[in-house]
Amino acid sequence: MGVRLPPFQALLDEHRSDIYRYLVATVGAVDADDCYQETWIAALRAYPGLKRADNLRAWLYRIAQNKAIDAHRARARRPLPVEVVPDQGTPPPEVDGRPELWARVRELPPKQRSAVFCRSVLGMPYDELAVVLDSSREAARRNVHEGLKRLREELDR
Amino acid sequence: MKDMERIIRDAAGGLPGVAPELAIAERAEDEGLLDVAYASVDSPLGSLTVAVTPRGLVRVSYDEFRERDRTLEELAERVSPRVLELPAKLDPIRRELDEYFDGRRTAFDVPVDWALTRGFAREVLRATAGIGFGDTGTYASVAAEAGSPRAVRAAGNALGSNPMPVVVPCHRVLRTGGALGGYTGGVERKEFLLRLEGALL
Repeated sequence: MGVRLPPFQALLDEHRSDIYRYLVATVGAVDADDCYQETWIAALRAYPGLKRADNLRAWLYRIAQNKAIDAHRARARRPLPVEVVPDQGTPPPEVDGRPELWARVRELPPKQRSAVFCRSVLGMPYDELAVVLDSSREAARRNVHEGLKRLREELDR
Repeated sequence: MKDMERIIRDAAGGLPGVAPELAIAERAEDEGLLDVAYASVDSPLGSLTVAVTPRGLVRVSYDEFRERDRTLEELAERVSPRVLELPAKLDPIRRELDEYFDGRRTAFDVPVDWALTRGFAREVLRATAGIGFGDTGTYASVAAEAGSPRAVRAAGNALGSNPMPVVVPCHRVLRTGGALGGYTGGVERKEFLLRLEGALL
């Protein structure tokens, strides 16, 4: 009753670019497009039922995270793991920057993937990250730390 | 770990942007999740924000008179928060408005969704919708038509909050005696529309 939700278009305009980057970072360019549409459609479906209008960003990333996890599971079931592709020396052409870095990010446990991206790229506060991860604030902080530590070690090797 | 955070943040700058074909509104429409579609429509009276629901036209707003964000927020609050921009969905009403402003159309055929109106105001606006191109009514006549001949002031308020100006022709309602009275988009717009229709020389 009392909750005032912004027009969905406003949410889309504000977050679409970052959501897309989050998905490319966490599932790769091949699966990002599907995950992106699935994320927004799932959000739109659930939107009118929301009981509160604060934390909308965290709510969106939680949905995106679930779609990313689904994509990882689906890929694990496929006969030829796509994860092998970047190691063969030809990263998807549309991802410039650090393809090898994102490949490492994708190998992290799901919560660490989200934690590392949301904290490093979006500068998300731990309280908000805790909502994304459905965890305590302390666990959110730990996920960021563990994820970054592991990436650091792998890059140093 | 600050250095690692920075490395990731910098690398994120190289991630691709959203491909334009990944539009969400079309997919939402296909899945029956688009409750309010809106778009901008240009007119001789300036830019309009026009919105439709699956039932019909729900809103026409003069952007110059009311900020578009505010119009969309109102739709989100009073109709549904599932509000998305989808210009193709507005093609029929855009065409009719173009024809009207070109002098090639005297009545609108698009269905109307009265969701933003209620009670007596809705009755007044329905009565107003019955005033034809080139004709005029008075606040007293639409009040009477709506069932309360003495509620002239309330009728004026109802017309002032008309959510679908131009299409629901509140510009055709004048003061008894012929004075123009007020208008949602400013009285110069009212004059423009009445001249366009030949009701004012």
